[in-house]
Order: sequence, then C-alpha cells, then structure tokens
Amino acid sequence: MTEISQPAAQATTRPARRPIKWSRVGDHAILIAGALLMVLPVFMIFATSSHDRIEVARTGLQFGFSDQLAVNYGKAMFEKGGFTDTVDGSLMLMNSMILGLGFAFGKIIISMMAAYAIVYFRLRFATLAFWIIFTTLLLPLEVRILPSYEAIQRLGMANTYSGLIIPLIASATGTFFFRQFFRSVPEELGEAARIDGAGPVKFFIDILVPLSRTMIAAIFIIMFVFGWNQYLWPTMITTEESMFTLVRGIKQITQGVVDSNDIPEYGQALALSIIAIIPPVLIVLFFQNWFVKGLTESDK
Amino acid sequence: MATVTLNAVGKTYPNGFEAVKPTSFTITDGEFVVLVGPSGCGKSTLLRMVAGLEEITAGTLSIGDREVNDVDPADRDIAMVFQNYALYPHMTVRKNIGYGLKNRGTPASEIDAKVREAASMLNLSELLDRKPSQLSGGQRQRVAMGRAVVRDPALFLFDEPLSNLDAKLRNQMRIEIKALQRRLGVTSIYVTHDQVEAMTMADRIIVLNAGKIEQIGTPAEIYHNPASVFVASFMGAPPMNLIEARVEAGEVRMNGGTTIAQANGCQPGPVHLGIRPEDVELGGEGQTPFDIALVEELGAHRLLHGQLGGQPFTVHVAKEVDVAAGPTMVHLKPDALRLFDPDTGKAL
Repeated sequence: MTEISQPAAQATTRPARRPIKWSRVGDHAILIAGALLMVLPVFMIFATSSHDRIEVARTGLQFGFSDQLAVNYGKAMFEKGGFTDTVDGSLMLMNSMILGLGFAFGKIIISMMAAYAIVYFRLRFATLAFWIIFTTLLLPLEVRILPSYEAIQRLGMANTYSGLIIPLIASATGTFFFRQFFRSVPEELGEAARIDGAGPVKFFIDILVPLSRTMIAAIFIIMFVFGWNQYLWPTMITTEESMFTLVRGIKQITQGVVDSNDIPEYGQALALSIIAIIPPVLIVLFFQNWFVKGLTESDK
Repeated sequence: MATVTLNAVGKTYPNGFEAVKPTSFTITDGEFVVLVGPSGCGKSTLLRMVAGLEEITAGTLSIGDREVNDVDPADRDIAMVFQNYALYPHMTVRKNIGYGLKNRGTPASEIDAKVREAASMLNLSELLDRKPSQLSGGQRQRVAMGRAVVRDPALFLFDEPLSNLDAKLRNQMRIEIKALQRRLGVTSIYVTHDQVEAMTMADRIIVLNAGKIEQIGTPAEIYHNPASVFVASFMGAPPMNLIEARVEAGEVRMNGGTTIAQANGCQPGPVHLGIRPEDVELGGEGQTPFDIALVEELGAHRLLHGQLGGQPFTVHVAKEVDVAAGPTMVHLKPDALRLFDPDTGKAL
C-alpha cells in the first residue's frame, strides 16, 4: 500500500516539501533490517548453490556467485539419485506438489462440509461435535503419530499418495474458520434460497462456496504451505524413494554421501532447497490479495 | 393467484413461548393484506409460517385449496421479499432474479425472457449485469421485488421490505409496490410495524398485538372504528386521544364533571373516551375547556398539544386557524366519539 500511495502523495505536495519525519525513518529502518534478516539467508543459499561442493566444504556459505549454477540445478532436478537411483528432483517436486495440493484441497473440502453441517443443520450435539473437533488442535500429528502410522500401515496405505494425504486431512483450524464465516452469513440468504427452490446441496454449491472464495483462498495458502513443508509424516509413511518429497530429498542428497565418506553434494542440496522454496512463494504471491481480503473483510 | 386460509394457526416454541395464538382468517384472491403491530407481536412469525420457514405448531394453513402445513417453501408457490433484501451478493442482478427459475429447471431462453420482462417492469433493465454491491438501497429493493415477480407465484409475502430505506424512498417504493400488486393482481401479505404503510397500502389490515389479532378491517374501519384501545392508540399519527371519563345518568362526563356527550345504552361506570385529533373543533359552540401548551407547526396543518380535563390531549387544526398557547374552548364531534371498556380495552 505505501509503495503505491507515496509517489502520488509526493506529486501533489511537491511545492511545499514536507519535513522529514524521523519516526517514519526509524520505522522503515526496522522494517528493512527485519526484511534483510529474513532474505539474507535465502540469498546466501542461492549464492552458495552456484558453487561446487569442494568450494562449499572448504569455505562454507558464500555471498558471491560462481559458475556451477546450471550444473547444480540441472543435477538437482534431473540426476537420478538416492539409494536406488530411481528418484530425481522433478519427481520429488511432483510428489511435493501432489501432497501440498491434496492436503490443501482435502482440508478445505472436509472442513467446509463439517462447518456447513454444524452451522446450518439442527444436529443433535452440534456444539459438542464442534468442540470435539476443536480440541483436536490439542492433538497434533506428533502426539498421535504411532497410532496413525499403525492404522495406515494396516490399511495397506503406506507408500501411497492417499496414505500421505488422508490422515492429515481433517482440520480443526479450517472447520473453525469456516464455521465463523458461515455464522456471519445472513440467515435470510438461506431462506431466500429455500424459497427459490435450492436444496441443501445447491445452496452450498451455488451460494456458500462462491461467497467463501476469499476465505478458501486464504486457507488454501496456509494449508498448501503447511502440506508442502510436511516432513515427519512423509518420512514415516513412505519408504520407497519414488514417493519422496522435496523436503525429504534435500536431506537425502547429503545423507547418502555422508554414509560413503565422500564430500556431500552441497551445491545440489542447496539448489534443491531453493527449488523447494519457489512454489510456496509463488502461491503466496499469487494469492496474497485474496489472502488479506479473506482474513480481514467479508464480501456479503 | 389464490385465496389463503388460516384455520386456528398458532406457533408455540419448544421453550413454551406462544408467539402466535391460534389465529383464523381468510385472504381472498388478489387481496393486499397488511399485518401490522409493534415489534414482538408475532406478525413476522405468522408470515414466516405462511412462507414455510417456520413450522406451524397448531391449526391448518391452506393456499388455494391445498393444505400446505407440511409442504416445503419451494413448493408452496410463493415468493418472499425480505427486510434486508437477501440478494445473493456474488450473483449479478440477472442471475439473482433468474435463480429461482433455474432451480426449477426452466429452459435458459425462457429464463432470459422472463428476467428481461421483470426487469423492464421494475426499471432494472440497465442494471442487469451489476452486482448487488453496486446498487443503491432502492435498486436492491427492486431486484428483490424482481426475484419475487419473475416466478409468477400465487402469493407474495413481504417482510418489512421498506424499513431499510430512507423516508423519501420509502414513500416512493410504497406506491410502486402497491401499483405493481394491483397490476399483477397477486394475493399479497405484507408485514410492517409502520402504521402509515399499513393504512396507505392495505385492502385490509390485520392488527396484531402480543400474538393475538386485535382487529381485522379496511383501513377506514380500523381508523374510524378501532375495536380496542390498542388499535386506537397504535393506528394514526398522532394517535387517537384517549381520556378517562365516566358514564353517569346516561351522559359521558369527564372526571372534572363536564358533560361531553350522551351515552346511549351504556352501563354507568368508568370508561375510556377516544376521539381523533381532527374530530375536535376549536371555538364555535365549544363547551369543553382545553388548555393549549404547545403549537406544533406542520405546514399543511397544525397540532395543538395541551390538557383537557387535566389529561394530555391533541387537536388537529387547518393551517388557516391561527391559535396561540393558552386556554380555549373546543367542541368534540359527538358522532366521532368512541368509548372503550377501561378493563378489557374493548370498544363499547
């Protein structure tokens, strides 16, 4: 916002130059320092990913660029690696994408339907059901990882995409957000739709889903990034390398070589890190307007 | 087009609160009936029961010759206009109006034709591709009307449709709605708490109080012959003057002892005397002392507020009548006097 409004403000007030507001300068200094703090490590990873492994092993993280950029990224993406030599970066990228998208869409669908049931239908114990869902926030995956693993294993879903996605799909946060949103939708809208001949399913699809689109976008971002960055669960449930996600793959590149007493492929690992960062960044950039809208205003 | 018959229809909530006491009346084909009463009197509940949005817990409701107690709102052949319009915010005006038809499986070309027709009837043709957020209050109101009209229902239901509009627009829309209803000849039930709307729009008014019908009648009947103190004080602005009086020796006397009128066939005892402010004449053959405290200038006429026999009283005079505060004499037109039982509030 400030970037857009400042030039305009300057243009109109050029004749009488405003005195410098030192408090504003201070604010910006803090913001810039914070931004650098966040961006600098990423930049260093990017710069280092252009060096060869020996250089990195000898002198550590780099600020400058070298000539190995294309080589490292090419190998990171397309060289078969790992223990079985079956998985390359592009496959892991696809796996991560499937996990992130499946996770985000699954969560949105499930939590919207749960919230719809809780808010719009006179269910027995609806409030109780809601609070039970809500208290599952107290039981994150890490707490229930053994029983979850056991269940998925017995269902024969280990090493499958559905095994990766489905156990994590129930979302108390999503259900909570959609519940709050649905409760703020005027009741008359539902009544008007009833008189207009829209049944529960039609009302949901024709009215509620379009009304929730900013909300859906906001939750999509959160959940996609969350799913993309999953590490523990994929590590548990997938043992075949063809199912590896990027986040796991980064470790695998260094791991495999450490075991054989060679210098790890640092450049490739860091290249893969950068690749792993890109999709979430793109999603956030693409959806950020909707994201802010979804969390702050409602279009009713 | 249909007659609507309520036979002892009542609503009791699960917690035991009786929102609408068993109520019976019939609305004839093409009639415009207004349900009026203060907030919480059950008028909206009654309307919502007719719409099918609220379950009927007693009695039977028929639209046409079909009993519809257990019929889904969508299948009752009704259309409803809500107080806050309840337009679908993400749909254009065109889709808003056509949504009900689409759900009924009407072919797209027919929907388009009907939407255009409804839009031109309501001066919405220019606005068909706008979203509700881009419309003014009056335009949204018209879209809500369009959504009702396009379905060509047997019965229109209006739930305080004008209360979100400013006063000027409200007057204009009042006329538009009434004219539209006349033209289409669709039976209509209109809920409002505004007695001016009730008086100006209704063929018949039903006055409700505390879940019970106080009176059913044409606007003129309701205004001139209120059935109870409640109706007398609720309908009309300013309301009917009500003063405490006594019937003694065949005459109505004020508490001070001044004789006001002959009381034909009334039992002696206390009564409430009602008279409309415009049925009081200043001066002339006036016998009753009236102490003017305040003159309210309204342009077309004046309202004189003061005391009559020690009780608040208002007189309506034409703008030509020049008066100042102070004591004067007034004449109460005998045939405009109404007497009410002080205990039950009913007309005598």
